[in-house]
Amino acid sequence: MPANQLWSANRDTAKIVNRSELTRRLVARLKHDEAVIGGIGHTNFDLWASGQRPQNFYMLGSMGLAVPIALGVALAQPQRRVFALEGDGSLLMQLGALGTTAMAAPKNLAIVVFDNGVYQITGSQPTLTSYRTDLVAMAKGAGLAQSAWAEDEAHFDELIDIALQGSGPWFFGARTDDQPPAGVTERDAAKIRGRFMQGIGAST
Amino acid sequence: MPVEENAAITPPEAWDEIVVRVLKANRVKLITYVPDKVLAPLIKRLHGDGYFTVLCPAREEEAAGIVVGAYMAGWRGIVLMQTSGFASLPTVLASLAVPYQIPLLMMISERGTLGDHQLGQAIVCRTMRPILASLGIEHHAITRLDEVEFIVERMIKQAFATQAPAAMILSPLLTNK
Repeated sequence: MPANQLWSANRDTAKIVNRSELTRRLVARLKHDEAVIGGIGHTNFDLWASGQRPQNFYMLGSMGLAVPIALGVALAQPQRRVFALEGDGSLLMQLGALGTTAMAAPKNLAIVVFDNGVYQITGSQPTLTSYRTDLVAMAKGAGLAQSAWAEDEAHFDELIDIALQGSGPWFFGARTDDQPPAGVTERDAAKIRGRFMQGIGAST
Repeated sequence: MPVEENAAITPPEAWDEIVVRVLKANRVKLITYVPDKVLAPLIKRLHGDGYFTVLCPAREEEAAGIVVGAYMAGWRGIVLMQTSGFASLPTVLASLAVPYQIPLLMMISERGTLGDHQLGQAIVCRTMRPILASLGIEHHAITRLDEVEFIVERMIKQAFATQAPAAMILSPLLTNK
């Protein structure tokens, strides 16, 4: 895609893609032990199903905190690239985190939001994005200048490649379909934490 | 030099000075906070000290999430807040800090008691200790200047040694607010 069009896709015309497929595409591009924080629910289920990398962290609760957790990781390990994966419902719970990310401005953090417009896990009740809310526009308004909708799978790949090479922070939105996740995360919180800390070589 | 004169030259450390010293001694370098008048001198001191990375996010939940993420990546941090802010945290504590065994340090200025005129603060204040107790979170109130170092130092060490959250409560008896 020409550089001047990379950031100009529109939510209304963005292709509706599959969350599991996008998650696998993202993970396949990670070659340097990048950290990935999977938000509560189907977002981290699909991250789990994409292969249990030790650098993945799976949130079993604390809805809305994928971005703050990822921001903490990014601040503490500025040499490692960090991805926060969130759903639209989750992000709507903690919109201030967009402004906080813009303020802290970590060069190594990318936020990816899978926007299916519903709380899929609780029976697909519509979220605010099913009405008038555009999360990429909100991210831009919060001060995250490098924010874009992914027009399709190939454009998503291009955006992820930018986040793997350039200087962030970034915010990418993808419209996603109503398909169920490809797996279910194991529910052992202490094991998830220990494995993640080993995976990113942390000791305190 | 007469003792009285010496005492006049070096006044005792204020509570916020002691906290800063103990945080440094324990390598707690990330500070996230939602502001409070009582915490203001501590916050000012932390902002003015290059050792610390200090962030003021929009909500206490965010502040906790950032410290949790940073801990998992190798940094020690603490969340500063007031009583009403703590009341927004039970879900985060119950679904993140406690089950994931995260030494999430919290310093809470106790509002709503001992003469606070704000009704909302007074009511929410009564929920703090029951929440901490029901989640099994170690918590102690600091009421006197000579307790500050002991309690802060010991609670930080225990939190990291046992991978458990800890809440240090700044009583009005200490802060005189």
